[in-house]
Amino acid sequence: MLLIHCPYCEEGRPELEFRHAGEAHIARPENMAELSDEDFERFFFIRSNPKGIVYERWRHIHGCARFFNAARDTVSDRFLTTYKAGEPKPDLDGEGK
Amino acid sequence: MRKYSVFAIAREAMRGHKGWPEQWSSPEPKKSYDVIIVGAGGHGLGTAYYLAKEHGITNVAVLEKGWLGGGNTGRNTTIIRSNYLYDESAGIYDHSVKLWDGLSQDLNYNVMYSPRGVMMLAHNVHDVQVFKRHIHANRLNGVDNEWLTPEEAKAYCPPLNISREARYPVMGAALQRRGGTARHDAVAWGYARAAAARGVDIIQNCEVTDINRGPDGAVTGVETTRGTIGAKKVGVVAAGHSSVLMQMAGVQVPLESYPLQALVSEPVKPVFPCVVMSNTVHAYISQSDKGELVIGAGTDQYTSYSQTGGLHIIQHTLDAICEMFPIFTRMKMLRSWGGIVDVTPDRSPILAKTPVSGLYVNCGWGTGGFKATPGSAHVFAHTVARDEPHPVNAPFTLERFRNGRLIDEAAAAAVAH
Amino acid sequence: MAQPFRIATAGRLGKADPVRFTFDGKSFEGLHGDTLASALLANGVHLVGRSFKYHRPRGMVSAGAEEPNALVGVHRDAARRAPNVRATVQEIHEGLNAVSQNRWPSLSFDVGALNDLASPFFSAGFYYKTFMWPKAAWERVYEPFIRRAAGLGEAPDRPDPDCYANRFAHCDVLVIGGGAAGLSAALAAANAGARVILADEQAETGGALRYETGAMIDGMPGWNWAQAVTADLAARDNVRLLTRTTGFGYYAQNMVGLVERLTDHLVSPATDQPRERLWQVRAKRVVLATGAIERHMVFPDNDRPGIMLASAARTYLNHFGVTVGRNVAIYTAGDSAWQAALDLKRSGVSIAAIVDCRPDPQGPHVEEARRLGIECLTGHAVTGTGGRLRVSSIKVRPVSGGAERTIACDALLTSSGWTPAVHLFSQSRGKLAFDAETQRFLPGNAVQELVSVGACAGNIDLGETVAEALKAGHEAAGGVARKLPKLAADSTERWSGGMLGAGEGAGAESTAKAFVDFQNDVTAKDIRQAVREGMRSIEHVKRFTTTGMATDQGKTSNMHGLAIAAEMLDRPIPEVGLTTFRAPYTPVTFGALVGHGKGRLFEPVRRTPMHDWAEAHGAVFEDVGQWKRAWYFPQAGEDMHAAVARECRTVRQSAGIFDATTLGKIEVVGPDAARFMELMYTNPWQKLGVGRCRYGVMLREDGFIYDDGVVGRLAEDRFHVTTTTGGAPRVLNHMEDYLQTEFPDLKVYLTSTSEQWAVIAVQGPKSRDIIAPLVEGIDLSDDAMPHMSVREGMICGVPTRLFRMSFTGERGFEINVPADYGRAVWEAVWAEGEKHGACAYGTETMHVLRAEKGFIIVGQETDGTVTPHDAGLSWAIGKKKTDFVGMRGLARPDLVAPGRKQLVGLRTRDPKTVLEEGAQIVADPDAPVPVPMLGHVTSSYWSENCGHSIALALVAGGHERMGETLYVPMPEGAITVEVTSTVFFDEKGARTNG
Repeated sequence: MLLIHCPYCEEGRPELEFRHAGEAHIARPENMAELSDEDFERFFFIRSNPKGIVYERWRHIHGCARFFNAARDTVSDRFLTTYKAGEPKPDLDGEGK
Repeated sequence: MRKYSVFAIAREAMRGHKGWPEQWSSPEPKKSYDVIIVGAGGHGLGTAYYLAKEHGITNVAVLEKGWLGGGNTGRNTTIIRSNYLYDESAGIYDHSVKLWDGLSQDLNYNVMYSPRGVMMLAHNVHDVQVFKRHIHANRLNGVDNEWLTPEEAKAYCPPLNISREARYPVMGAALQRRGGTARHDAVAWGYARAAAARGVDIIQNCEVTDINRGPDGAVTGVETTRGTIGAKKVGVVAAGHSSVLMQMAGVQVPLESYPLQALVSEPVKPVFPCVVMSNTVHAYISQSDKGELVIGAGTDQYTSYSQTGGLHIIQHTLDAICEMFPIFTRMKMLRSWGGIVDVTPDRSPILAKTPVSGLYVNCGWGTGGFKATPGSAHVFAHTVARDEPHPVNAPFTLERFRNGRLIDEAAAAAVAH
Repeated sequence: MAQPFRIATAGRLGKADPVRFTFDGKSFEGLHGDTLASALLANGVHLVGRSFKYHRPRGMVSAGAEEPNALVGVHRDAARRAPNVRATVQEIHEGLNAVSQNRWPSLSFDVGALNDLASPFFSAGFYYKTFMWPKAAWERVYEPFIRRAAGLGEAPDRPDPDCYANRFAHCDVLVIGGGAAGLSAALAAANAGARVILADEQAETGGALRYETGAMIDGMPGWNWAQAVTADLAARDNVRLLTRTTGFGYYAQNMVGLVERLTDHLVSPATDQPRERLWQVRAKRVVLATGAIERHMVFPDNDRPGIMLASAARTYLNHFGVTVGRNVAIYTAGDSAWQAALDLKRSGVSIAAIVDCRPDPQGPHVEEARRLGIECLTGHAVTGTGGRLRVSSIKVRPVSGGAERTIACDALLTSSGWTPAVHLFSQSRGKLAFDAETQRFLPGNAVQELVSVGACAGNIDLGETVAEALKAGHEAAGGVARKLPKLAADSTERWSGGMLGAGEGAGAESTAKAFVDFQNDVTAKDIRQAVREGMRSIEHVKRFTTTGMATDQGKTSNMHGLAIAAEMLDRPIPEVGLTTFRAPYTPVTFGALVGHGKGRLFEPVRRTPMHDWAEAHGAVFEDVGQWKRAWYFPQAGEDMHAAVARECRTVRQSAGIFDATTLGKIEVVGPDAARFMELMYTNPWQKLGVGRCRYGVMLREDGFIYDDGVVGRLAEDRFHVTTTTGGAPRVLNHMEDYLQTEFPDLKVYLTSTSEQWAVIAVQGPKSRDIIAPLVEGIDLSDDAMPHMSVREGMICGVPTRLFRMSFTGERGFEINVPADYGRAVWEAVWAEGEKHGACAYGTETMHVLRAEKGFIIVGQETDGTVTPHDAGLSWAIGKKKTDFVGMRGLARPDLVAPGRKQLVGLRTRDPKTVLEEGAQIVADPDAPVPVPMLGHVTSSYWSENCGHSIALALVAGGHERMGETLYVPMPEGAITVEVTSTVFFDEKGARTNG
């Protein structure tokens, strides 16, 4: 069971309090109506699924209920950082593994 | 290939079993091949076997970053069934079941396909509706699947608790009698031996680090930890690592890789005659020939390549097992492990050509790929050899995520109202 | 004589009380504090089991958790039967009842031993090469035979009456292992003020100090020191000491699973006392002090009862006061086993010989052995053994070759050295490093917050171990360097030497059975055969031979198997690989992992405030998610069909009362609430008047129906949203997701109010008459409160949100009241209802009535592949909207293609025939398999009100097929149906106002 740091509560809490919510930084296009089928596929289905650092969303569903983002190494399952929704993707070059 | 038989065993017994040849050799890679299959699991080795056997393509290498059969082939709970809802799914899984029946003889390797029956439990009215829908569709597709009352289910699997007082009482079950299990290692080894005998090179400890493409964009070969190897065609059959490999060729696929755990109990004398699955309480169980209860757990909620998962997932699974089979509380978990399953948005696989000429992909089997091994390998070999899909795998395209023609087996078991 | 092998002057049980127990029905006496193994040995019993494959007679190999052979069944009573219990771990208690396993008819005469005679045929992996002819015989003949022969103990055959417990714990320092190293680490950590948990798998701490009599720590004999420190630690507030507790699994972020065994050693535990307890400990730092495991020697016929590890014999002697024989031989490749001979000799046991395969072992133990007059055959090997149910002799010859000689003995102690117990370290994902000089895998760099100390880290010196452990504990607790504690510790014993792989007589040319893995009957030649057959990875060797896959998971055998494979391949050991260490370290009872999560606590049951009323009125319930919902209310003599028919009739004739509490409810509030609703639902919301309701359809981004429900607008900035029963949590999550991450600028708050409101639906022509006397402050007239409106007021003196809406097609109301008043209001409504002949109805009637009106149920008519157009809900899509979730998905090519499955009604040609839900629909019932299918029946009922059966179905191109004849093929023949509208009753919808 992972231990996850909620950036809103500023506490590490067990995974049971959280709900994974998929890859992060995939914004819903503003011009939905004009999206091509290819663009819609990319937005809705294609995922980077990296072996290494993944940027992902979590929700502290049984806590503050906020969605936030995390950078995690999918090889070790180690969290590099968690940050609030809306904050930019952190630059983690050279970290991880 | 020296034929296996009871006589061969008797002969070898006389000389201390020192005369058995290698089941497959471990050659150095050649400079190039007609076809390279990336991934020596059951699907990949089977693809190589059928390329050689059915399409006469023997200049084939199967590249494996670890040891053959060491991925999901050797980590799954070996359930075989084909009672899927949609025509497309029933088509490919039943193609597979037909090949399972006779695979031991075809490969001259006892893969221990054991059609002991797979029983899926219904715990509420919604389950009953869904299972009946499956049973009717299966019957019209020629796939066996029948409805059992709770009493009939108990007769088929005596340890089952059908008390009305259970938290989720059993309201009935769907039984596929031809469903069952097989010996997972033997499947990988049997295909490896039979493919090697037809000239296929199986190259272990050889990790593909890049996929090479020529000026026209077509595949020209692969880079590996053992050097560059040329190929006219490359088939990626890498399960949890499919995203990573496809990205080497610039192809992004709609996959996410999740940890999936399983466990076995200590071995006991025969107590559990069939396979039982319950999607509602999340439990999958059978007993191996060795006597271990083989139990499949659910996936963790996050993507991972770690091949480990959380203890709470296993706890939840055992909760369900002991709820359905209260006699097992005193049994002991002997070993638990994890695999990496590649999951598509519609929970159906992708077996298809790709936008890159000469590159083919067989992935997205999620938690249920083992049962499809022979069928998947058979039609994927066809796809690679002919550069066009077999009718059975024609619907399992990459394009369906663009045009919306999904094969949504997960949705078909929709959440209760 | 009772306990003939007990030596009064040896061991620590002293004047302990005698304990009577039975093994295979025979009564024995042991002492309080004995394990089953030590007690049986005290009675001269070595034979306790049969091996898995060849059914060879087997005795105890070890004195601990690594035991491969001595597995028994322990039967406390008929329901409390545990298979595969290690006799070396199970403590005896008065009345303990143990039985041997895997033998028939008896342990000493086992028919299965014929397998041993036929063993030349049963080589590694033989079953992959045969049993294929004739094809059907595998499943009918061979497999059932193999299955019966395999397995070990018998599974219990009735539910377990015992309970199990589960605890979560946090600490600064978790120490696994309570030997010299673990105790030192725990002591130092506790002294530095840390919160410490110490877990040890034995009944008493002390670890190897149990038998290592030469150890002195802090001026005391090692064992005495261990007990003193343990008592000290147990008394401290900042220490939790757990004995009989195994650290079995090391998980992510320093979570360690422990299992504590609480009652298996007790005579008569209280019925409410948990049998075992699972601990899930999250530790800031973990100190692994798990020790090392002795290996046996691999030589021909090394498996007879009476052949055991040297350290085990020392444990039985020095701790339990039991000698394992009267005339004991030793065969070793290391120093530690010599000490066993010395201990036994000093206790008056005859030593037949010490055989050491090393040419010239040196040290005080060698000199002492010679001084005591023991025959020391250095540079010699044991190349065979005699005896059937017990070893009676050994064959010995010089390693350099020469004449073989037979030496009589009644026990043989072997040791080929020690394997550090790196299991938990490896599970923590730390990489192991192979030390070529000592031929051991040792912990490399840790990737979690942990440190390994003592024997599991490769340390073989007691003084260094204690110093290293004190330092580790001190540092783990954050202690400052200058305060590092020190303890004097020294031992007269030596642990060096050892070998891996097959010994003399079991080399490549040998056909003898030299066992590597006792339980699974894997011999050195099996491993060689696997390599010969192309198995080059140790994982292949393991799977092909099954070495290391028995219940002991290869604790004593894995390194031997690896070394033999490496030698065959002529490659260094690390290149052949090490099999992955997987949890659990030793087998863990399912019950402990389940804990309280069984029976009623398997998953919570959700009940509405009116549940007890329904139960009292005879309701039959159905499970919907975690909810129990009243399904129907049978009256005396009614079956389900009759009850539902009556309920359906009554609702349309007068009225019915229905508990709709389980519907999800979400309050959407804020200045941007309407804008938000526009995005989340297909419908337009901006112009919905305050006090009005609308049926809303929610899609996923891919355009398929996700949920639906009636939404009431209570104010400009406040919506009362209802969801499906099962959909409540995911709909809220879905809304929160968009609100927080895609539309964070919208000023909206979402609150789940599902549990806040009880909901009583009153439906039928008399519904207004029924509620009117109870409602205050709301004008119920059609003008003031038309269909699809909502009002706030009072009912029965409590606040209500009263909806005028209908899921039955009748005039209807849904009364929302605070949940605490639900039962009281229900009863008041019921009392009024009775005056009008109303009935209570359940979900089945609700389903029938809504189907008569063609209203869909999400999850029944839809399955995640159905669009609003497919479901006939195109009208619910706001035509002028520029965006809503799912709008773009809906426009994808396949979702607008012709021939999609669309919702229609079906009427059977025979009005009495009720179709089966899930049945398929075809155009040509005589088509050959595979029959092309057009769709399926989603809902089907007998409609009492229509006087015929009704069905809803999804049919390809269904909207264009009105009036067409189609077929529903059943096993007994096809049923002819006509495609109709989905509305079967009151097509004009007049009754909602009637």
